[in-house]
Amino acid sequence: MTDQTAYNFAYLDEQTKRMIRRAILKGVAIPGYQVPFASREMPMPYGWGTGGVQVTAACLVPEDRLKVIDQGADDTTNAVSIRRFFQRTAGVAVTEATAEATVIQTRHRIPETPLTEGQILVYQVPIPEPLRFLEPRETETRKMHELEDYGLMHVKLYEDISRHGQIATAYDYPVKVEGRYVMDPSPIPKFDNPKLGGNAAIQLFGAGREQRIYALPPYTQAISLDFDDYPFTASKADHACDLCGAPDSYLDEVITDDQGSRMFVCSDTDFCASRRAAGHVGPMGAPSAGAAEE
Amino acid sequence: MITISNLSKSFTLHNQGAAVIPVMAGANLAVAPGECLGLVGASGSGKSTLMRMIWGNYLAAAGSIMVGDVDVAKAAPREIIALRRGTLGYVSQFLRVVPRVPTVEVVAEPLLTLGVPADEARARAMALLAQLNIPERLWSLSPTTFSGGEQQRVNIARGFVHPYPALLLDEPTASLDLVNREVVLTLIEAAKARGAAIIGIFHDEPARARLCDRLVDVTQFTPKVA
Amino acid sequence: MSILAKMKMQPLLSVRDLSKFYGGRIGCADVGFDLYPGEVLGVVGESGSGKSTLLSCLAGHLAPDRGEVIFDTQEGPRDTVQMAEAARRRLARTDWAYVHQNPRDGLRMGVSAGGNVGERLMAVGARHYGQIRGAAVDWLGRVEIAADRVDDRPSAFSGGMQQRLQIARNLVTGPRLVFMDEPTGGLDVSVQARLLDLLRGLVREMGLSAIIVTHDLAVVRLLADRLMVMKGGYVVEQGLTDQVLDDPQHAYTQLLVSSVLQV
Repeated sequence: MTDQTAYNFAYLDEQTKRMIRRAILKGVAIPGYQVPFASREMPMPYGWGTGGVQVTAACLVPEDRLKVIDQGADDTTNAVSIRRFFQRTAGVAVTEATAEATVIQTRHRIPETPLTEGQILVYQVPIPEPLRFLEPRETETRKMHELEDYGLMHVKLYEDISRHGQIATAYDYPVKVEGRYVMDPSPIPKFDNPKLGGNAAIQLFGAGREQRIYALPPYTQAISLDFDDYPFTASKADHACDLCGAPDSYLDEVITDDQGSRMFVCSDTDFCASRRAAGHVGPMGAPSAGAAEE
Repeated sequence: MITISNLSKSFTLHNQGAAVIPVMAGANLAVAPGECLGLVGASGSGKSTLMRMIWGNYLAAAGSIMVGDVDVAKAAPREIIALRRGTLGYVSQFLRVVPRVPTVEVVAEPLLTLGVPADEARARAMALLAQLNIPERLWSLSPTTFSGGEQQRVNIARGFVHPYPALLLDEPTASLDLVNREVVLTLIEAAKARGAAIIGIFHDEPARARLCDRLVDVTQFTPKVA
Repeated sequence: MSILAKMKMQPLLSVRDLSKFYGGRIGCADVGFDLYPGEVLGVVGESGSGKSTLLSCLAGHLAPDRGEVIFDTQEGPRDTVQMAEAARRRLARTDWAYVHQNPRDGLRMGVSAGGNVGERLMAVGARHYGQIRGAAVDWLGRVEIAADRVDDRPSAFSGGMQQRLQIARNLVTGPRLVFMDEPTGGLDVSVQARLLDLLRGLVREMGLSAIIVTHDLAVVRLLADRLMVMKGGYVVEQGLTDQVLDDPQHAYTQLLVSSVLQV
């Protein structure tokens, strides 16, 4: 007996999922190439992750275990909303542990914990076109990708160096995929760029408003653009996490009072919590409740 | 060096009822290296026209104009340009220059287009300007502001800075005082001595007498009105 | 190397029967000529004569309806009309250059002068910032733009400076053929003179071939070795520049030349 208010598995109808899967297959077959797709109306406005949600919806099977993060955190409003959305429409199991998830939807971060074969990482992408801000015409940018005419990309980096003395792009840092397409990795911090290449997981990118899907299959080469005399550096705040003491994870800076005191905390909440559970304590942390059991 | 055979020319003025004006027919002459030929004839008889045809500035209706082994009447534009760069020099009555270019650059240009290194080209230009009594303070100025006589001397300097094997001179001593006239005549004699074939138009009779080995009256080539 | 040495037998560009129609109207028709290395060809005519259409067809911006444009590429003569778009664009980045009448069409207004000049270098693989910047500053000097303006945007430049910047941007990769569409149009007379000086010098120094479309006869007299006169889409006369201007044969050329105001 069909309930009029029941959703199809993962909200989208099967034909739409087929269409999206075809786009995903194309994207995986041509790493870094932006595949146009017919983005559907989703129950959230554009700019709130509709692209990522559609890709996730097309990928999910009932046996999946889903993790959703927003700027590395499982507990922000957006992450919670999207996770609840899929619990309701797909009934899949959910988790906060990166290592236990089979599908991870992320907004603007790659988890610190290295991913494994069999995992899918779905990125939410606002503007998929790396050349957009220099060349507003879609007709021109498509031609540039088609003809590998990427001089303009380096012009942007040149401008940065001439204006700021260094390549000032801190996130949304373009990469060249398999020596062919220049790709926008979504607004992840450039610190995360090295994780794009040679990753064991399948990485899928969905832009709902702009209606593009692209992909990095496992173990794909993705090299951040730079100059010979101004090489790419994956930089982060020169600090360790104040809660767990991790020296090499990407940090959020949190202002703690009106006098401007601040603390630096791992942006990846699961990573930080795991470390604390394992007994690591940072300068401002208290031993975790579960530490005694380890 | 320069041989003209059976040359003829007419002008067709389409915008004046297609009036056809024949100006030359059956012109023949030859100039050997080291020879100076003077063109004479009444004003309007075609002396400058003939010179312009040799230069390639005017088209020939029929006949041939051999300068070295190039027939100017039939040559392609790039062949004429190549000829003008290295073989054929032309000193016209008027100085036509690109605005704002300094005099020394104007004079050095024929050498620069031949690939002569810039400093050598300028040095030779400056030597010639000095010889022609153009004061050094004028060398960095554009000649468009000079007097008629000074412009004429700059014109001559440009025409003599490169040792052309063939030279066309249209009134080279016009507007010159005695001192500078003498300098120019000496330059022309030096060109003859090194083997240049020269065709010149001189209204200055003593100059003509001094320089020209032969004279050709162009009126004999002017078609008579039937 | 002198210009004489550069005039080989092989034409740099061979055009045959080039025609472009707009429905029943003629854009340009039956245009044919050979351009040799180091030659500058001027194309003159009034508005509607077809000269801009011709230039667009030659430069690959418009597809002609008929005819061939055979360019002597590094791999030998090739008909650019038949070329794949990718190959044509690569040509446009390396061996060819196009100077627009309005410098804003040929520059990136939001990018610094140095970035504008460096773009073609980066497009063909230059990856050393210091060297790119050095080349850009060098070229700015050659077009008489002060080196301290290398980081300024073209929107801060005068029209004449923008045009000179466009020329630098185009010539930095050492193209062999430059297409120019009214390069001095819209500039003050004194600025025009300066630009023409510059173009003459660069053409000579670099042994460039150029095709210059203009309605200004003074520009062709100064810059062009050869001249083509167009009317109603057809070439009515062509030859040595000074010969066509001083001894015009065709009725239209005679009209054109006699219409120039003497100052």
